Amino acid sequence: MAAPKTLGESLRQHGVSRRGFLKFCAATASMMALPPSMAPAIAKALEQARRPSVIWLSFQECTGCTESLTRSSSPTVENLIFDVISLDYHHTLQAAAGDAAEHAREQAMHANAGDYLVVVDGSLPGPNANPGYSTIAGISNYEMLMETIEGAAAVVAVGSCAAFGGLPMADPNPTGAVAVQDLVKDKPVINVSGCPPVPMVLTGVLAQFLTFGTLPELDQYGRPLAFFGQSIHDRCYRRPFYDKGLFAETFDDEGAKAGWCLYRLGCKGPMTYNACATMKWNSGASWPVEAGYPCLGCSEPNFWDAGGFYKALSVPIGAPGKALLGAAALGAAAGVAAGAMSRHESKQATKYHDKVNAQELEEKL
Amino acid sequence: MTPMDFLLLTKGPLFSVAIAIFALGILIRLAEILTLGRAKNYAAARGNEVIPGLKTVYRRFNPDPGTFKRSPFDVIVGTLWHVGFVVALLLFIPHVELIKSTLGIGWPGLPNPVVDAVTAITLLGLIAALIHRLTQPVKRFLSTKEDYLIWAVTFLPVLTGYLAYHRLINPYPLALGLHILSAEVFLIVLPFTKLTHIFTAFVARYYNGAIFGRKGIQS
Repeated sequence: MAAPKTLGESLRQHGVSRRGFLKFCAATASMMALPPSMAPAIAKALEQARRPSVIWLSFQECTGCTESLTRSSSPTVENLIFDVISLDYHHTLQAAAGDAAEHAREQAMHANAGDYLVVVDGSLPGPNANPGYSTIAGISNYEMLMETIEGAAAVVAVGSCAAFGGLPMADPNPTGAVAVQDLVKDKPVINVSGCPPVPMVLTGVLAQFLTFGTLPELDQYGRPLAFFGQSIHDRCYRRPFYDKGLFAETFDDEGAKAGWCLYRLGCKGPMTYNACATMKWNSGASWPVEAGYPCLGCSEPNFWDAGGFYKALSVPIGAPGKALLGAAALGAAAGVAAGAMSRHESKQATKYHDKVNAQELEEKL
Repeated sequence: MTPMDFLLLTKGPLFSVAIAIFALGILIRLAEILTLGRAKNYAAARGNEVIPGLKTVYRRFNPDPGTFKRSPFDVIVGTLWHVGFVVALLLFIPHVELIKSTLGIGWPGLPNPVVDAVTAITLLGLIAALIHRLTQPVKRFLSTKEDYLIWAVTFLPVLTGYLAYHRLINPYPLALGLHILSAEVFLIVLPFTKLTHIFTAFVARYYNGAIFGRKGIQS
């Protein structure tokens, strides 16, 4: 068996120029908040890196993450990075099916024990939930995950479902869905959240793993800080309109046409930490806010239960208006009753008021 | 609990609870006051009650010259931060959105930089008021624990709102959650403390004006 090709060889075979490759390395360095002088080091490390084995598990998901990460209109360096990782199991993309597919997974686990990366896409029914809600080849998602991560170097939870539970976990969570980090406690878990996530974030994480053999610095939600360190709001090109107080109030008013801030249309940018505003989508073509659509906050935990997508961030969740009305009616009734009682008491006191004179008082004392 | 869980808790169930306690408490108090009414006045009326009552509600916004001369600090700083608080509360666009969604009525807001400046003045005013209260022997003597409590519950929503707007606490869901929580504390404390003056001041002013109006005197 021939030695596995290095990444550099594979890229050259795919027609990626040295210049294109170095540009990618420089971009990766800046994405990871490293000094530009690190770009050659990244290039050198990537050139010599062996194709890492990646096992991709798809559980309760919509395949949107896979679509986002693999389907690009023109091949980019990022795509080729994907081509040259050894994606040994991905039941959406692989040709094999049934036993053959499961066999490929087991083989990859044995051949690369301790070194392979597990990418999980989608949430899964927890250990106490009915496993029948999601199975692959008759194996429950929970069982497959626990078995596969045993020899893994690290686990990457791709998309908000894998990272935080996502839509399957939305109230009332019928399948008992949990996130990967709820189950995987003894391996590093990197959350690449988003619905779907920005493709460059996943390639960035993989590039760092290949380059330094380390995992990126993570924020409190286990997300790579380099991509999730700043909020959409802070990097939004519409921010000056927010600061000036110029807001679009409907999707087709003058403000919307003039590109004003979408806060009042429900933009969750202020609470959302992601790289959309800087890295954009579709090879940097645009991103939701640029297309006139408010940010949904899809890279944040619980965004699916965080109130209406088209309601401003300051709008409370639930029906406080009803609580207010009910309590007000009750309060008014109680207040009137209390007032009436006091009046009655005062009238009774007047009615039964005993008059005494000085003599009587003296007698009493 | 993650900051996001905290934000969703404050935006959801806690807000409903706070607003229900507020409505219940304030309406019990107001309905009781209004139901109690006033003692019957057997003297013949010399004038109308309603018009002078309403006029006094407005007129008491202007301090009389004597009060101003005696304590200019209280009049100036007090007016400044009271107006600032009301402007920030009712005219900041995210607040307008909140009121519109809860009560169904809305109005135009002010540009964010204006509200920002007003909030800064309000914060300084509140701090100055506290310092004055602590350093003036008479004020200090008259101050009760309740006075310091209501200063704190008034100050905190303004402070946390300012910090959240300027994104000085990270992550933002924590900043916003703290701001909403402090506003909820304010709402809950309001009906059971001196903060009821937000509503009862107007009832008192009306009665005052009406009593004098009935006697044919300007109040």
